[in-house]
Amino acid sequence: MDVNLRKSIILEHYQNPLNKGLTNDDSYIKINMNSKTCIDNLDFEFKINHGIIEDIKFDGEACAISTSSSSIMSDLLKGKSIKQAKQIIKNYENMINELPYDKDLLGEANCYDEIYKQPNRKKCALLPYEGIKDVIDKLEGVKNDKK
Amino acid sequence: MNFNKDFKILSSGITYLDNCATTLKPSVVIDEINDYYTNYCANAHRGDYDLSRKVDEKISETREKVAYFINAKDSKEIIFTSGATESLNIIIKGFFGNYLKDGDEILTTKAEHASLILPWFEVAKTTNSKIKYIDLNPDLTVTLDNVKKAISKKTKVISLAHITNVIGDVRPIKEIIKYAHENNILVVIDAAQSVPHEKIDVTFLDVDFLAFSAHKMLGPTGVGVLYGKTKYLNDLKPLITGGGMNAFFDSLMNVEYKDIPEKLEPGTPNVSGIIGFSKAIDYLNALGMENVHKYEVDLKKYMISRLSKLKNVVIYNKDIPNGIITFNVNGVFAQDVAAYLNKKGICVRVGSHCAKILSEVLGVKNTCRASLYFYNTKEDVDKLVDALDNDNILYDSL
Repeated sequence: MDVNLRKSIILEHYQNPLNKGLTNDDSYIKINMNSKTCIDNLDFEFKINHGIIEDIKFDGEACAISTSSSSIMSDLLKGKSIKQAKQIIKNYENMINELPYDKDLLGEANCYDEIYKQPNRKKCALLPYEGIKDVIDKLEGVKNDKK
Repeated sequence: MNFNKDFKILSSGITYLDNCATTLKPSVVIDEINDYYTNYCANAHRGDYDLSRKVDEKISETREKVAYFINAKDSKEIIFTSGATESLNIIIKGFFGNYLKDGDEILTTKAEHASLILPWFEVAKTTNSKIKYIDLNPDLTVTLDNVKKAISKKTKVISLAHITNVIGDVRPIKEIIKYAHENNILVVIDAAQSVPHEKIDVTFLDVDFLAFSAHKMLGPTGVGVLYGKTKYLNDLKPLITGGGMNAFFDSLMNVEYKDIPEKLEPGTPNVSGIIGFSKAIDYLNALGMENVHKYEVDLKKYMISRLSKLKNVVIYNKDIPNGIITFNVNGVFAQDVAAYLNKKGICVRVGSHCAKILSEVLGVKNTCRASLYFYNTKEDVDKLVDALDNDNILYDSL
Protein backbone atom coordinates (compact mmCIF):
# COMPACT_ATOMS: atom_id res chain seq x y z
CA MET A 1 0.00 0.00 0.00
CA ASP A 2 1.16 3.52 -0.77
CA VAL A 3 2.76 5.14 2.27
CA ASN A 4 0.60 8.27 2.18
CA LEU A 5 -2.60 6.28 1.76
CA ARG A 6 -1.55 4.02 4.63
CA LYS A 7 -0.93 6.97 6.92
CA SER A 8 -4.11 8.75 5.93
CA ILE A 9 -6.25 5.67 6.68
CA ILE A 10 -4.63 5.30 10.10
CA LEU A 11 -5.00 8.99 10.90
CA GLU A 12 -8.63 9.10 9.75
CA HIS A 13 -9.56 6.14 11.97
CA TYR A 14 -7.55 7.59 14.88
CA GLN A 15 -9.05 11.05 14.67
CA ASN A 16 -12.59 9.95 13.75
CA PRO A 17 -12.85 6.40 15.03
CA LEU A 18 -15.83 4.28 14.10
CA ASN A 19 -17.83 2.54 16.82
CA LYS A 20 -16.09 4.43 19.62
CA GLY A 21 -18.09 4.81 22.83
CA LEU A 22 -19.50 2.05 24.99
CA THR A 23 -23.19 1.14 25.20
CA ASN A 24 -23.00 -0.39 28.70
CA ASP A 25 -25.78 -2.65 27.45
CA ASP A 26 -25.91 -6.03 29.21
CA SER A 27 -26.49 -7.86 25.94
CA TYR A 28 -22.87 -7.08 24.96
CA ILE A 29 -19.88 -9.18 26.01
CA LYS A 30 -17.30 -6.90 27.63
CA ILE A 31 -13.54 -7.21 27.73
CA ASN A 32 -10.73 -4.88 28.83
CA MET A 33 -7.51 -4.99 26.87
CA ASN A 34 -4.79 -3.44 29.00
CA SER A 35 -1.50 -3.91 27.24
CA LYS A 36 1.17 -5.44 29.45
CA THR A 37 4.02 -3.79 27.61
CA CYS A 38 2.71 -0.32 26.83
CA ILE A 39 0.08 2.13 27.98
CA ASP A 40 -2.80 1.17 25.69
CA ASN A 41 -5.93 0.55 27.71
CA LEU A 42 -9.10 -0.19 25.75
CA ASP A 43 -12.51 -1.57 26.65
CA PHE A 44 -14.43 -3.55 24.06
CA GLU A 45 -18.06 -4.61 23.78
CA PHE A 46 -19.20 -7.31 21.39
CA LYS A 47 -22.78 -8.22 20.58
CA ILE A 48 -22.80 -11.74 19.20
CA ASN A 49 -26.01 -13.63 18.45
CA HIS A 50 -26.47 -16.95 16.67
CA GLY A 51 -22.86 -16.97 15.58
CA ILE A 52 -23.03 -13.48 14.01
CA ILE A 53 -21.07 -10.47 15.28
CA GLU A 54 -23.86 -7.93 15.28
CA ASP A 55 -22.03 -5.01 16.87
CA ILE A 56 -18.63 -3.95 18.18
CA LYS A 57 -17.92 -0.92 20.39
CA PHE A 58 -14.74 0.25 22.04
CA ASP A 59 -13.41 3.09 24.17
CA GLY A 60 -10.37 4.03 26.22
CA GLU A 61 -6.95 5.59 26.06
CA ALA A 62 -4.55 4.30 23.46
CA CYS A 63 -2.08 5.25 20.78
CA ALA A 64 -2.85 6.01 17.14
CA ILE A 65 -2.13 2.45 16.04
CA SER A 66 -4.34 0.64 18.60
CA THR A 67 -7.14 3.13 18.28
CA SER A 68 -7.21 3.07 14.47
CA SER A 69 -6.79 -0.68 14.47
CA SER A 70 -9.80 -1.03 16.81
CA SER A 71 -11.87 1.25 14.62
CA ILE A 72 -10.97 -0.63 11.42
CA MET A 73 -11.53 -4.01 13.08
CA SER A 74 -14.95 -2.98 14.37
CA ASP A 75 -15.96 -2.01 10.84
CA LEU A 76 -14.40 -5.08 9.26
CA LEU A 77 -15.92 -7.69 11.56
CA LYS A 78 -19.37 -6.22 12.09
CA GLY A 79 -21.98 -8.41 10.42
CA LYS A 80 -19.57 -11.28 9.91
CA SER A 81 -20.07 -14.79 11.23
CA ILE A 82 -17.63 -16.06 13.82
CA LYS A 83 -16.25 -18.42 11.20
CA GLN A 84 -15.59 -15.55 8.77
CA ALA A 85 -14.18 -13.42 11.59
CA LYS A 86 -11.71 -16.14 12.56
CA GLN A 87 -10.50 -16.33 8.99
CA ILE A 88 -10.03 -12.56 8.82
CA ILE A 89 -8.22 -12.50 12.18
CA LYS A 90 -5.89 -15.30 11.09
CA ASN A 91 -5.02 -13.47 7.86
CA TYR A 92 -4.56 -10.20 9.72
CA GLU A 93 -2.18 -11.84 12.21
CA ASN A 94 -0.26 -13.40 9.34
CA MET A 95 0.11 -9.98 7.72
CA ILE A 96 1.43 -8.45 10.96
CA ASN A 97 3.82 -11.36 11.44
CA GLU A 98 5.09 -11.30 7.83
CA LEU A 99 3.48 -14.62 6.87
CA PRO A 100 1.45 -15.31 3.71
CA TYR A 101 -2.07 -13.80 3.85
CA ASP A 102 -5.02 -12.94 1.67
CA LYS A 103 -5.16 -9.16 1.43
CA ASP A 104 -8.60 -9.26 -0.19
CA LEU A 105 -10.05 -10.25 3.18
CA LEU A 106 -8.61 -7.33 5.11
CA GLY A 107 -9.98 -4.14 3.53
CA GLU A 108 -8.61 -1.03 5.19
CA ALA A 109 -6.73 -3.19 7.70
CA ASN A 110 -4.18 -3.62 4.90
CA CYS A 111 -2.82 -0.26 6.07
CA TYR A 112 -0.77 -2.12 8.70
CA ASP A 113 1.02 -4.21 6.09
CA GLU A 114 4.36 -2.63 6.98
CA ILE A 115 3.91 -2.29 10.74
CA TYR A 116 6.53 -5.03 11.15
CA LYS A 117 9.06 -2.30 10.40
CA GLN A 118 8.20 -0.86 13.82
CA PRO A 119 8.29 -4.10 15.86
CA ASN A 120 7.28 -2.44 19.12
CA ARG A 121 4.02 -1.29 17.48
CA LYS A 122 2.95 -4.76 16.29
CA LYS A 123 1.32 -5.39 19.64
CA CYS A 124 -0.68 -2.15 19.26
CA ALA A 125 -2.02 -3.26 15.89
CA LEU A 126 -2.90 -6.69 17.32
CA LEU A 127 -4.49 -5.53 20.59
CA PRO A 128 -8.15 -5.36 19.45
CA TYR A 129 -7.84 -8.70 17.62
CA GLU A 130 -6.49 -10.31 20.81
CA GLY A 131 -9.63 -9.00 22.50
CA ILE A 132 -12.12 -10.54 20.10
CA LYS A 133 -10.13 -13.77 19.97
CA ASP A 134 -10.45 -14.06 23.74
CA VAL A 135 -14.18 -13.52 23.50
CA ILE A 136 -14.60 -16.06 20.70
CA ASP A 137 -12.46 -18.60 22.56
CA LYS A 138 -14.58 -18.17 25.66
CA LEU A 139 -17.79 -18.47 23.65
CA GLU A 140 -16.50 -21.64 22.08
CA GLY A 141 -15.46 -22.96 25.47
CA VAL A 142 -11.81 -23.10 24.60
CA LYS A 143 -9.62 -22.55 27.61
CA ASN A 144 -7.28 -19.75 26.78
CA ASP A 145 -4.22 -19.64 28.95
CA LYS A 146 -2.55 -16.90 26.99
CA LYS A 147 -3.99 -13.94 28.84
CA MET B 1 34.37 14.97 28.29
CA ASN B 2 33.68 12.30 25.74
CA PHE B 3 32.45 9.02 27.16
CA ASN B 4 32.09 7.10 23.89
CA LYS B 5 35.18 5.04 24.65
CA ASP B 6 33.78 3.79 27.94
CA PHE B 7 30.17 3.36 26.79
CA LYS B 8 30.25 1.64 23.43
CA ILE B 9 26.48 1.99 22.85
CA LEU B 10 26.99 5.75 22.63
CA SER B 11 28.85 5.30 19.34
CA SER B 12 25.96 3.38 17.79
CA GLY B 13 23.99 6.52 16.95
CA ILE B 14 21.41 5.93 19.69
CA THR B 15 20.40 8.90 21.84
CA TYR B 16 19.75 7.29 25.21
CA LEU B 17 17.52 9.45 27.42
CA ASP B 18 15.98 6.86 29.71
CA ASN B 19 18.50 6.94 32.53
CA CYS B 20 15.86 6.93 35.25
CA ALA B 21 14.94 3.44 34.07
CA THR B 22 18.48 2.16 33.85
CA THR B 23 21.84 3.63 32.92
CA LEU B 24 24.33 2.37 30.41
CA LYS B 25 27.26 0.32 31.73
CA PRO B 26 30.88 1.31 31.20
CA SER B 27 33.30 -1.31 29.86
CA VAL B 28 35.12 -1.49 33.21
CA VAL B 29 31.95 -2.91 34.78
CA ILE B 30 31.38 -5.38 31.96
CA ASP B 31 35.07 -6.42 31.97
CA GLU B 32 35.00 -6.98 35.72
CA ILE B 33 31.99 -9.30 35.42
CA ASN B 34 33.65 -11.09 32.54
CA ASP B 35 36.84 -11.47 34.58
CA TYR B 36 34.94 -13.12 37.44
CA TYR B 37 33.21 -15.63 35.18
CA THR B 38 36.39 -16.27 33.18
CA ASN B 39 39.06 -16.39 35.87
CA TYR B 40 37.73 -17.05 39.38
CA CYS B 41 34.16 -18.28 39.09
CA ALA B 42 33.40 -19.77 42.51
CA ASN B 43 30.67 -19.45 45.10
CA ALA B 44 30.86 -17.16 48.10
CA HIS B 45 31.05 -18.34 51.72
CA ARG B 46 33.36 -21.26 50.81
CA GLY B 47 36.69 -19.99 52.03
CA ASP B 48 38.23 -23.48 51.80
CA TYR B 49 40.08 -22.65 48.61
CA ASP B 50 41.69 -19.58 47.06
CA LEU B 51 39.12 -18.89 44.34
CA SER B 52 36.27 -18.75 46.81
CA ARG B 53 38.25 -16.66 49.25
CA LYS B 54 38.80 -14.17 46.46
CA VAL B 55 35.04 -14.01 45.83
CA ASP B 56 34.42 -13.34 49.53
CA GLU B 57 37.04 -10.63 49.52
CA LYS B 58 35.58 -8.96 46.44
CA ILE B 59 32.09 -8.94 47.94
CA SER B 60 33.41 -7.62 51.20
CA GLU B 61 35.40 -4.93 49.39
CA THR B 62 32.27 -3.85 47.50
CA ARG B 63 30.35 -3.66 50.75
CA GLU B 64 33.03 -1.38 52.18
CA LYS B 65 32.96 0.76 49.04
CA VAL B 66 29.18 1.15 49.16
CA ALA B 67 29.34 2.03 52.86
CA TYR B 68 31.96 4.68 52.12
CA PHE B 69 30.02 5.93 49.07
CA ILE B 70 26.92 6.73 51.15
CA ASN B 71 28.89 7.33 54.37
CA ALA B 72 27.35 4.51 56.41
CA LYS B 73 28.98 4.10 59.82
CA ASP B 74 29.57 0.39 59.37
CA SER B 75 29.68 -1.82 56.27
CA LYS B 76 27.43 -4.40 57.98
CA GLU B 77 24.65 -1.85 57.53
CA ILE B 78 24.88 -2.47 53.78
CA ILE B 79 22.74 -5.42 52.66
CA PHE B 80 22.94 -6.60 49.06
CA THR B 81 19.58 -7.35 47.47
CA SER B 82 18.29 -7.79 43.93
CA GLY B 83 17.35 -4.12 43.62
CA ALA B 84 15.58 -1.22 45.31
CA THR B 85 12.26 -3.06 44.98
CA GLU B 86 13.49 -6.00 47.01
CA SER B 87 15.22 -3.69 49.49
CA LEU B 88 11.98 -1.81 50.13
CA ASN B 89 9.99 -5.03 50.45
CA ILE B 90 12.44 -6.41 53.01
CA ILE B 91 12.39 -3.18 55.04
CA ILE B 92 8.66 -2.66 54.89
CA LYS B 93 7.48 -6.25 55.35
CA GLY B 94 10.38 -7.61 57.42
CA PHE B 95 10.70 -4.70 59.83
CA PHE B 96 7.48 -2.68 59.75
CA GLY B 97 5.32 -5.77 59.31
CA ASN B 98 6.30 -6.58 62.90
CA TYR B 99 6.69 -3.03 64.19
CA LEU B 100 3.34 -1.49 63.30
CA LYS B 101 0.26 -2.01 65.43
CA ASP B 102 -3.46 -1.72 64.89
CA GLY B 103 -4.37 1.91 64.13
CA ASP B 104 -0.79 3.14 63.55
CA GLU B 105 -0.32 5.50 60.63
CA ILE B 106 2.09 5.35 57.70
CA LEU B 107 2.76 8.65 55.93
CA THR B 108 3.63 8.71 52.26
CA THR B 109 2.63 10.65 49.10
CA LYS B 110 0.68 10.03 45.93
CA ALA B 111 3.80 10.52 43.81
CA GLU B 112 5.57 7.34 44.95
CA HIS B 113 6.77 4.46 42.80
CA ALA B 114 4.90 1.15 42.96
CA SER B 115 7.89 -0.51 44.62
CA LEU B 116 7.44 1.67 47.69
CA ILE B 117 3.68 2.05 47.80
CA LEU B 118 2.62 -1.56 47.13
CA PRO B 119 4.60 -3.13 50.02
CA TRP B 120 3.07 -0.48 52.30
CA PHE B 121 -0.42 -1.42 51.05
CA GLU B 122 0.33 -5.03 52.01
CA VAL B 123 1.68 -4.16 55.44
CA ALA B 124 -1.20 -1.76 56.13
CA LYS B 125 -3.55 -4.69 55.54
CA THR B 126 -1.64 -7.23 57.62
CA THR B 127 -1.01 -4.88 60.58
CA ASN B 128 -4.32 -3.04 60.35
CA SER B 129 -2.44 0.24 60.15
CA LYS B 130 -3.48 3.15 57.94
CA ILE B 131 -1.84 4.88 54.98
CA LYS B 132 -2.15 8.65 54.96
CA TYR B 133 -0.97 10.86 52.12
CA ILE B 134 1.06 14.01 52.66
CA ASP B 135 -0.45 16.86 50.60
CA LEU B 136 1.53 17.75 47.50
CA ASN B 137 1.91 21.41 46.57
CA PRO B 138 0.46 22.58 43.22
CA ASP B 139 3.89 22.01 41.67
CA LEU B 140 3.78 18.49 43.19
CA THR B 141 6.60 19.13 45.65
CA VAL B 142 6.60 18.11 49.31
CA THR B 143 7.40 20.61 52.06
CA LEU B 144 8.16 20.06 55.72
CA ASP B 145 5.02 22.06 56.55
CA ASN B 146 2.87 19.59 54.62
CA VAL B 147 4.56 16.73 56.43
CA LYS B 148 3.93 18.40 59.81
CA LYS B 149 0.27 18.86 58.94
CA ALA B 150 -0.11 15.19 58.05
CA ILE B 151 1.56 13.87 61.21
CA SER B 152 -0.64 12.70 64.06
CA LYS B 153 0.09 10.99 67.36
CA LYS B 154 -0.44 7.69 65.57
CA THR B 155 2.18 8.30 62.88
CA LYS B 156 4.93 5.70 63.22
CA VAL B 157 6.73 5.94 59.92
CA ILE B 158 7.24 8.33 57.01
CA SER B 159 8.20 6.74 53.71
CA LEU B 160 8.90 8.53 50.46
CA ALA B 161 11.33 8.90 47.62
CA HIS B 162 14.21 11.31 48.05
CA ILE B 163 13.80 12.24 44.37
CA THR B 164 10.67 11.10 42.54
CA ASN B 165 10.93 9.26 39.26
CA VAL B 166 8.24 11.18 37.39
CA ILE B 167 8.69 14.83 38.31
CA GLY B 168 12.14 14.47 39.80
CA ASP B 169 11.46 16.83 42.69
CA VAL B 170 13.92 16.69 45.55
CA ARG B 171 12.25 16.26 48.93
CA PRO B 172 13.68 18.04 51.99
CA ILE B 173 14.45 14.72 53.62
CA LYS B 174 17.07 16.04 56.06
CA GLU B 175 14.45 18.32 57.64
CA ILE B 176 11.73 15.67 57.42
CA ILE B 177 13.94 13.08 59.15
CA LYS B 178 14.94 15.51 61.90
CA TYR B 179 11.34 16.44 62.61
CA ALA B 180 10.23 12.80 62.41
CA HIS B 181 12.84 11.69 64.93
CA GLU B 182 11.80 14.45 67.34
CA ASN B 183 8.38 12.82 67.22
CA ASN B 184 9.59 9.20 67.48
CA ILE B 185 8.76 8.49 63.87
CA LEU B 186 11.03 6.34 61.69
CA VAL B 187 11.85 7.23 58.08
CA VAL B 188 12.26 4.95 55.05
CA ILE B 189 13.72 6.58 51.95
CA ASP B 190 13.57 5.30 48.38
CA ALA B 191 16.84 6.70 47.01
CA ALA B 192 16.78 4.90 43.64
CA GLN B 193 16.75 8.25 41.79
CA SER B 194 19.07 10.16 44.11
CA VAL B 195 22.09 7.99 44.97
CA PRO B 196 23.03 7.70 41.25
CA HIS B 197 22.86 11.46 40.73
CA GLU B 198 24.13 13.26 43.82
CA LYS B 199 26.16 12.75 46.98
CA ILE B 200 24.08 11.02 49.65
CA ASP B 201 25.31 10.84 53.22
CA VAL B 202 23.17 8.54 55.34
CA THR B 203 24.93 9.55 58.54
CA PHE B 204 24.38 13.25 57.93
CA LEU B 205 20.75 12.57 56.95
CA ASP B 206 20.34 10.27 59.99
CA VAL B 207 17.97 8.18 57.87
CA ASP B 208 16.71 4.91 59.38
CA PHE B 209 16.36 2.90 56.18
CA LEU B 210 17.30 3.67 52.57
CA ALA B 211 17.10 1.68 49.32
CA PHE B 212 18.68 1.97 45.87
CA SER B 213 19.60 -0.07 42.79
CA ALA B 214 23.00 -0.66 41.17
CA HIS B 215 21.70 -0.68 37.60
CA LYS B 216 20.57 2.94 37.81
CA MET B 217 24.17 3.96 38.59
CA LEU B 218 26.26 2.18 35.95
CA GLY B 219 26.10 -1.18 37.71
CA PRO B 220 24.60 -4.46 36.57
CA THR B 221 20.91 -5.34 36.85
CA GLY B 222 19.92 -7.61 39.71
CA VAL B 223 21.88 -5.84 42.45
CA GLY B 224 20.46 -3.46 44.99
CA VAL B 225 21.32 -2.03 48.36
CA LEU B 226 19.36 -1.94 51.57
CA TYR B 227 20.85 0.45 54.09
CA GLY B 228 19.55 0.37 57.65
CA LYS B 229 20.78 1.45 61.05
CA THR B 230 22.31 -1.53 62.88
CA LYS B 231 19.76 -1.49 65.69
CA TYR B 232 16.86 -1.78 63.25
CA LEU B 233 18.53 -4.33 60.96
CA ASN B 234 19.11 -6.51 64.04
CA ASP B 235 15.35 -6.52 64.62
CA LEU B 236 14.47 -7.06 60.98
CA LYS B 237 12.95 -10.48 60.45
CA PRO B 238 14.31 -12.17 57.28
CA LEU B 239 11.63 -12.63 54.64
CA ILE B 240 13.61 -15.39 52.99
CA THR B 241 15.55 -18.05 54.88
CA GLY B 242 18.01 -20.62 53.66
CA GLY B 243 21.68 -21.19 53.08
CA GLY B 244 24.33 -18.65 53.95
CA MET B 245 22.16 -16.82 56.49
CA ASN B 246 21.86 -19.44 59.25
CA ALA B 247 24.41 -20.16 61.96
CA PHE B 248 22.81 -23.34 63.25
CA PHE B 249 19.71 -25.54 62.99
CA ASP B 250 18.70 -29.00 64.14
CA SER B 251 15.88 -31.50 63.63
CA LEU B 252 13.93 -30.03 66.55
CA MET B 253 13.64 -26.77 64.59
CA ASN B 254 16.07 -24.93 66.78
CA VAL B 255 17.43 -22.29 64.45
CA GLU B 256 19.93 -19.55 64.89
CA TYR B 257 20.54 -16.94 62.23
CA LYS B 258 23.84 -15.24 61.53
CA ASP B 259 24.27 -11.57 62.33
CA ILE B 260 23.77 -8.82 59.76
CA PRO B 261 24.57 -8.51 56.93
CA GLU B 262 24.54 -12.30 56.28
CA LYS B 263 21.20 -12.73 58.09
CA LEU B 264 19.50 -10.75 55.34
CA GLU B 265 21.37 -12.24 52.37
CA PRO B 266 20.10 -15.81 51.99
CA GLY B 267 21.25 -18.08 49.19
CA THR B 268 24.08 -17.54 46.75
CA PRO B 269 24.54 -13.82 46.29
CA ASN B 270 24.60 -12.18 42.86
CA VAL B 271 28.39 -12.51 42.88
CA SER B 272 29.12 -11.21 39.39
CA GLY B 273 26.68 -8.35 39.85
CA ILE B 274 28.11 -7.25 43.18
CA ILE B 275 31.67 -7.43 41.86
CA GLY B 276 30.66 -5.43 38.76
CA PHE B 277 28.90 -2.88 40.97
CA SER B 278 32.20 -2.22 42.70
CA LYS B 279 33.64 -0.86 39.43
CA ALA B 280 30.55 1.30 38.88
CA ILE B 281 31.20 2.97 42.22
CA ASP B 282 34.87 3.47 41.35
CA TYR B 283 33.78 5.11 38.10
CA LEU B 284 31.38 7.50 39.83
CA ASN B 285 33.94 8.31 42.53
CA ALA B 286 36.47 9.20 39.86
CA LEU B 287 33.96 11.60 38.28
CA GLY B 288 32.85 13.00 41.64
CA MET B 289 29.15 13.00 42.51
CA GLU B 290 29.09 16.79 42.87
CA ASN B 291 30.30 17.05 39.27
CA VAL B 292 27.74 14.50 38.06
CA HIS B 293 24.95 16.45 39.71
CA LYS B 294 26.10 19.84 38.47
CA TYR B 295 26.52 18.57 34.93
CA GLU B 296 22.98 17.13 34.85
CA VAL B 297 21.44 20.29 36.29
CA ASP B 298 23.23 22.44 33.72
CA LEU B 299 22.27 20.14 30.85
CA LYS B 300 18.62 20.20 31.93
CA LYS B 301 18.75 24.01 32.04
CA TYR B 302 20.02 23.95 28.48
CA MET B 303 17.25 21.56 27.46
CA ILE B 304 14.56 23.69 29.13
CA SER B 305 15.93 26.85 27.50
CA ARG B 306 15.40 25.25 24.10
CA LEU B 307 12.36 23.06 24.77
CA SER B 308 10.29 25.80 26.40
CA LYS B 309 10.42 27.74 23.10
CA LEU B 310 8.41 25.01 21.37
CA LYS B 311 4.70 25.86 21.31
CA ASN B 312 3.59 22.23 20.91
CA VAL B 313 5.34 20.95 24.06
CA VAL B 314 4.09 21.12 27.66
CA ILE B 315 6.77 20.66 30.34
CA TYR B 316 5.69 19.57 33.82
CA ASN B 317 8.89 20.12 35.80
CA LYS B 318 10.82 23.05 34.31
CA ASP B 319 12.28 24.43 37.51
CA ILE B 320 13.28 21.28 39.34
CA PRO B 321 17.09 21.12 39.43
CA ASN B 322 18.09 17.66 38.17
CA GLY B 323 18.21 15.66 34.96
CA ILE B 324 14.54 14.68 34.58
CA ILE B 325 12.29 16.38 32.02
CA THR B 326 8.66 15.28 31.95
CA PHE B 327 6.59 16.53 29.02
CA ASN B 328 3.81 15.94 26.54
CA VAL B 329 3.26 17.06 22.97
CA ASN B 330 -0.10 18.78 22.53
CA GLY B 331 -2.60 16.58 20.75
CA VAL B 332 -0.31 13.56 20.48
CA PHE B 333 -0.66 10.52 22.75
CA ALA B 334 2.58 10.00 24.70
CA GLN B 335 3.16 6.58 23.18
CA ASP B 336 2.96 7.98 19.66
CA VAL B 337 5.55 10.60 20.64
CA ALA B 338 7.86 7.83 21.84
CA ALA B 339 7.27 5.80 18.67
CA TYR B 340 8.15 8.89 16.62
CA LEU B 341 11.31 9.57 18.65
CA ASN B 342 12.24 5.91 18.42
CA LYS B 343 12.23 6.22 14.63
CA LYS B 344 14.91 8.85 15.11
CA GLY B 345 16.95 6.69 17.47
CA ILE B 346 15.93 8.63 20.58
CA CYS B 347 15.01 6.56 23.63
CA VAL B 348 12.52 8.12 26.06
CA ARG B 349 10.08 6.49 28.43
CA VAL B 350 6.32 7.00 28.32
CA GLY B 351 3.54 6.06 30.65
CA SER B 352 2.75 6.61 34.27
CA HIS B 353 6.34 5.63 35.18
CA CYS B 354 5.12 3.17 37.83
CA ALA B 355 3.63 6.02 39.88
CA LYS B 356 0.05 5.25 38.96
CA ILE B 357 -1.68 7.29 41.63
CA LEU B 358 0.20 10.46 40.71
CA SER B 359 -2.24 10.96 37.81
CA GLU B 360 -4.88 11.76 40.45
CA VAL B 361 -2.82 14.86 41.26
CA LEU B 362 -1.00 15.60 38.00
CA GLY B 363 -4.24 15.57 36.00
CA VAL B 364 -2.67 13.66 33.12
CA LYS B 365 -2.23 9.93 33.12
CA ASN B 366 0.62 9.48 30.70
CA THR B 367 3.68 11.57 30.03
CA CYS B 368 6.98 11.35 28.17
CA ARG B 369 10.10 11.42 30.29
CA ALA B 370 13.61 12.23 29.14
CA SER B 371 16.16 11.54 31.87
CA LEU B 372 19.79 12.56 31.58
CA TYR B 373 23.07 11.23 32.90
CA PHE B 374 26.60 12.60 32.81
CA TYR B 375 27.38 10.98 29.44
CA ASN B 376 24.54 12.81 27.69
CA THR B 377 25.56 15.87 25.72
CA LYS B 378 24.14 19.09 24.34
CA GLU B 379 24.05 17.29 21.00
CA ASP B 380 21.68 14.69 22.53
CA VAL B 381 19.47 17.49 23.79
CA ASP B 382 19.56 19.22 20.41
CA LYS B 383 18.57 16.00 18.72
CA LEU B 384 15.53 15.62 20.99
CA VAL B 385 14.45 19.25 20.76
CA ASP B 386 14.94 19.37 16.99
CA ALA B 387 12.84 16.22 16.64
CA LEU B 388 10.06 17.68 18.78
CA ASP B 389 10.12 20.92 16.80
CA ASN B 390 7.72 19.43 14.28
CA ASP B 391 3.99 20.02 13.79
CA ASN B 392 3.49 16.62 12.19
CA ILE B 393 4.72 14.32 14.95
CA LEU B 394 1.60 12.16 14.85
CA TYR B 395 1.78 11.73 11.07
CA ASP B 396 5.50 11.06 11.19
CA SER B 397 5.09 8.51 14.00
CA LEU B 398 3.14 6.23 11.67
